[in-house]
Amino acid sequence: MKHISRREFLTSIGVAGTSMFLPKDSQAWKSRAPENPFACLVDVTRCIGCRKCELACNEANNLPEPEKDFEDKTVFEEKRRPSDKAFTVVNRFFSNKKQDKEGNLLPTYVKIQCMHCQDPACASACITGALSKQPNGAVYYDVKKCIGCRYCMVACPFEIPAYEYFNPITPRVRKCTFCFERISKKGGKPACASVCPTEAITFGRRKDLLQIAKNRIKQDPGRYIDHIYGEKEVGGTCWLYISDQPMEELGFPSVPKRPIPKLTETIQSTLFTYLWSPIVLFGVLSGIMAINKHKEEGNEK
Amino acid sequence: MKNRPRPLLDTPFWTPGMLVATGFMIAGIIVLAFRYTKGLGYTTNLSYSYPWGIWIAIDVASGVALAAGGFTTAFLAHILGKKFYKPITRPALLTAALGYTFVALGVFVDIGRSWAIWKPIIFQNHTSVLFEVGMCVMTYLTVLWIEFLPVIAERYGEKISILKSLNKGLDKFMWIFIVLGVVLSCMHQSSLGTLLLIAPTKLSSLWYTPILPLLFLTSAFAVGYPMVIVETTIATSSLKLSSEMDILSKLSRIVIILLGIYIALKLGDLIYRGKFWNIFDGTGQSNSLLIEIVFGAIVPWIMLLFDKVRNSRRLLFIASLLIVLGVLLNRINVFIVGFNPHFAKCTYYPSIGEILVTCSFVSAIFFLYRVFVTFCPVISAPKEGGRK
Repeated sequence: MKHISRREFLTSIGVAGTSMFLPKDSQAWKSRAPENPFACLVDVTRCIGCRKCELACNEANNLPEPEKDFEDKTVFEEKRRPSDKAFTVVNRFFSNKKQDKEGNLLPTYVKIQCMHCQDPACASACITGALSKQPNGAVYYDVKKCIGCRYCMVACPFEIPAYEYFNPITPRVRKCTFCFERISKKGGKPACASVCPTEAITFGRRKDLLQIAKNRIKQDPGRYIDHIYGEKEVGGTCWLYISDQPMEELGFPSVPKRPIPKLTETIQSTLFTYLWSPIVLFGVLSGIMAINKHKEEGNEK
Repeated sequence: MKNRPRPLLDTPFWTPGMLVATGFMIAGIIVLAFRYTKGLGYTTNLSYSYPWGIWIAIDVASGVALAAGGFTTAFLAHILGKKFYKPITRPALLTAALGYTFVALGVFVDIGRSWAIWKPIIFQNHTSVLFEVGMCVMTYLTVLWIEFLPVIAERYGEKISILKSLNKGLDKFMWIFIVLGVVLSCMHQSSLGTLLLIAPTKLSSLWYTPILPLLFLTSAFAVGYPMVIVETTIATSSLKLSSEMDILSKLSRIVIILLGIYIALKLGDLIYRGKFWNIFDGTGQSNSLLIEIVFGAIVPWIMLLFDKVRNSRRLLFIASLLIVLGVLLNRINVFIVGFNPHFAKCTYYPSIGEILVTCSFVSAIFFLYRVFVTFCPVISAPKEGGRK
């Protein structure tokens, strides 16, 4: 008697499983990007490499004092990356071959920091959701949820998240916060944008900034190449760049135009929405097991 | 059943191998002491560009793949009801349980905030592949030890009555755990392959393919039985037991099909994506892929086609070991060799500390395997030369 009821139970699981086959709303991937978030436009042609933005960032985020002073221009001798001690750095390039009257190469300065992607790979990858895309545009890090798995660092196409590798117990992922607290207040700007003396960084709404960028390119086509880096890259970012040369020549990685998390999220939602595939598999396997058990008992009799 | 599983109390425990294993374990504990006082930066060669090293590539990703013997034999013996294979289920289950225990331990020491390892249970991010892998591994680890409980209860149930009653209560529901084990395995074995798909600009196109999860799943299917063959051969020769060749050679016939499917998918994918000829580019990465495919899959597959190989203890062991090493190399290739960060200042190479911890985990698995087979009824193979 017991065995029969078990078989019935198994069959019912199998039926329930197969009836859930392919839920309707699991298919097409949708971007969760905010409609018109805050953004920053960096005009590379305006940057003079004064590093005021680095200083402002350091102070706004209470970061440790750097080895070399913010006035020190020798830092440009090597290409720097953002780190757990500096959320933004400016690098110098001599890639456009432009010269002044005496024949000296003219430098191009490029500020780098978290791009605050519209569909951030780090936030999609984060196991606990410690990283999340905020409605105001910032990719926000909540240390209270972080377990330090560093999957965000694997995922980030710009290799931005830094990590406190020398903190043995409570290391944090460190990256530009978009001055989340400051921009959450009315009229607030990120520290770097508010301090820039040449207005190389413009803070505003993303759609407005795209328009400003297009206007600048249109009004002075000799000064810029016709491309806004971040408009389409990785599905769009909140930090946008216009320049006189491709950003890839200025130390930026070449990235696809599609949002990075699209493929993995599509795979995951196709397979695991409502856990349909594990449930079906469970039903099928327990069905097979019950049949074989039944056969075996038949043989024994 | 002619040969029931039994403890092997009469075999010597402190063999030279066990002493070496103990040495590695002590070394690993010393490195971990530094990891928890000075940080990951002090003990590992990890960087911003290479956030994952061998603790993830070998201890976790390969550990999970090589523990596939557990669910593949459970499928064969319990779900398909092939009683013939029953003698190998307990050793395979033990290997899986120990393997996953050290997968979990590997994750524990690798994540920066080990004490926060429970947080994904509360703070769930359903778009995260790692979340799914983490939940599956956590649940499966529990399932494995539940499945193993009867073995412990069989031996110590008389002394510890709670064990006996727990075992009795679980008996009725054991089928759920057996099926659940297979389901969970299929889920996270494949999802481990999805993990790196979030990094299309970093993972080399030699390995980056949307079917990477399918390749991970089919290679896990393919490596399950070879792993059982390798571990049974090592265990029976070390413990001086009969080698159970009748079961192993029959098992190897299934491997021909499973490995064949994997090879077909792997080569088919490379051809479909137009990357096939890139295997012969001669770069470090393409050579690594070439070795993975030729020596880790095609050569052992051809070997297994011959009766002579399947019936020879030595040759079958070699063929199976090649498959095991092939899958190990595949995981290392995907997680480390094929990982090309744009801003890396130098290529990642594991530090001595990382290698020692990985060795100590492997040693601990060997050590605990010996402990369990000595004190619990795991192995059914009779003494060498004894009645079969």
